[in-house]
Amino acid sequence: MSNKNGEMSTVTELNGQPLLQIKDLHVWYELKRFGFGHAGYVRAVDGVSFDLKQGEAIACVGESGCGKSSLMKTILGLNRPTKGDVIFDTTALSQTKGEDLRMYRAKIGYVQQDPFGALPPFMSVERILEEPMIINGITDKQERRRRIEKILEEVKLTPVAEVLPKFPHMLSGGQQQRVVIARAMIMEPRLLVADEPVSMLDASVRVEILRLLRKLQESHNLAVIYITHDLSTVRYFSEYIFVMYAGEIIEFARMEDLLNDPKHPYTLALLDASSDPNADNALVMREVPKGEPPSLVNPPTGCRFNPRCAQMIPGVCDVNEPPPFSVSNEHRVACWLFENHADHAD
Amino acid sequence: MDRSKEIVLKVRDLRLYFNTRGGVVQAVDGVDFDLPKNEATVIIGESGCGKSSLAKAILRLLPRNAGRYDGEIWLHDLNTMSLDEETFRKTIRWKRISMVPQAAMNALNPVIKIGDQVAEPAMVHMDMSRDEATRSAVRMMQHVGVPIDFLHRYAFELSGGMRQRTALAMSLVTLPDVVILDEPTSALDVLTQASIMNMLKRMKHELETSFILITHDIATSSELADNVAVMYAGQIVEVGDARRFFPKPLHPYSHALMASVPRLRETVEPEFITGQPPSLLNPPTGCRFKDRCPQRFAKCDEDPPTVLYDVDRKVKCWLYV
Repeated sequence: MSNKNGEMSTVTELNGQPLLQIKDLHVWYELKRFGFGHAGYVRAVDGVSFDLKQGEAIACVGESGCGKSSLMKTILGLNRPTKGDVIFDTTALSQTKGEDLRMYRAKIGYVQQDPFGALPPFMSVERILEEPMIINGITDKQERRRRIEKILEEVKLTPVAEVLPKFPHMLSGGQQQRVVIARAMIMEPRLLVADEPVSMLDASVRVEILRLLRKLQESHNLAVIYITHDLSTVRYFSEYIFVMYAGEIIEFARMEDLLNDPKHPYTLALLDASSDPNADNALVMREVPKGEPPSLVNPPTGCRFNPRCAQMIPGVCDVNEPPPFSVSNEHRVACWLFENHADHAD
Repeated sequence: MDRSKEIVLKVRDLRLYFNTRGGVVQAVDGVDFDLPKNEATVIIGESGCGKSSLAKAILRLLPRNAGRYDGEIWLHDLNTMSLDEETFRKTIRWKRISMVPQAAMNALNPVIKIGDQVAEPAMVHMDMSRDEATRSAVRMMQHVGVPIDFLHRYAFELSGGMRQRTALAMSLVTLPDVVILDEPTSALDVLTQASIMNMLKRMKHELETSFILITHDIATSSELADNVAVMYAGQIVEVGDARRFFPKPLHPYSHALMASVPRLRETVEPEFITGQPPSLLNPPTGCRFKDRCPQRFAKCDEDPPTVLYDVDRKVKCWLYV
């Protein structure tokens, strides 16, 4: 924290600086042998960098085990960066501890994946929403009540008086997720991390929740990190998108550019494997890269996708790790196929 | 449906109610559908519409609080509802109709090797010796794409996709007529999902098995579907050929459901369905979708009949009467 009274610096102070900067972030977990001997590291996040401006949404796409949850937990301040840094506002996470770290966490909202698992079953909606404010020192009861009512109206859980005494099991999946969103928003954060917020919900409610998030993002000028494995929902949500594979960002672009003109063979495979409802799907086999994502303890040398890639160039892809090549404005691909298409972007 | 097709499974007026403290839950309420040989019928619907209860009702896997359970389930020309529990267990369940329950991949036994787990149903239900059963397990594992050297591994050594394949191999090892798949890919990654779907498509060609696929994921369901049945509040509201259902669903609910699917390759804005599905404790009289239906009219207060549309589609809606 730069200033002692815990006030967040205003947007103008940022001078067009990104709200969130991820700088060469590494998150490694140590493996222990029999509880103490060192047995290597799980390199869950391995050199990830990106910026996020106030009011922008970025989607993070990847399969399970690609490091997206570790990245998210680090941004939330639940993991410590092994190397590199997360700079939120003006706070550098690696330098923050104790009370400051708690303040840091309070400024970032978190929408969990499974709403039922994320809500304590023995607390009423009112208590669930009040708790973060009590913890963060909002002592005025009237003020707490006012904020709860305001946020419930924003997430369209009305009539408010009827919802407040309810327990999570009395709400439908969509309503539970609204409570989770309300809880994430109650401290008026500037950054919201949404971890697969709709994957546990029915198709008919998904769109509703995504629109709600989008609306909140616009009305509060929020920065949002939307983590998902479902490419078909990102179109409705984010400005930017990046694809992670085995702990690294392999492609970064504006959302339309990535969906309409994907470059990396892995991104292509992901897009190809996602289906739209169409009866013709039953007649064709999908192209799926062979094998499974690599172990993060001993990732392959060179490009981490090379053992599964159909366009692997022997002697290049399996030797040197590809740096991000810039293929067009704001579109970067970490793949040797694009070495000559672009000037070297760092 | 095409009259010339051989029908493997014919379900008629199937009902499964549960007795709860709050009253009687009408989870499956008068379901009719046909499953042609070597085809896949997908059953789609929101959570709580009775999809999984339907699967359990077909296999007679009833929880203790099951109440009313009647109707007809014809497997070829045998009405399985007329069989007593022991005969059903010995001759039908797993031998002729098997099931991959939801999250089966997490239900594998952690202390039994994969090969033995796949062989077990063959030993129990087909009276095979251990050697014979292991041989058919190996054959089935090749079919579903589990490497043979995994035979001696344990479940925790396998990735999610491989465990799901193992669960599928277990359900197929007895070469049943019908396999019920309850959300087979919903917990898996996109690429794994696609390769499991590829495998199921191949199985449909290679084996003489028919599939019932239960899912809420409409996009993925289209990967395997020959026929589609849409379930809403315990009833099937529309059933028909997939090639004609996906471009033009008939029932207003099917329509709304299809419109709610986010598309990757099209730019249409998805629409959500307002309101919530009715409670199955006291379902509304008349059409159960009427309160959420944009095309509701006076007739909807009466129970709509299931009408034939064209020759091969059925829809339970007054609009088509």
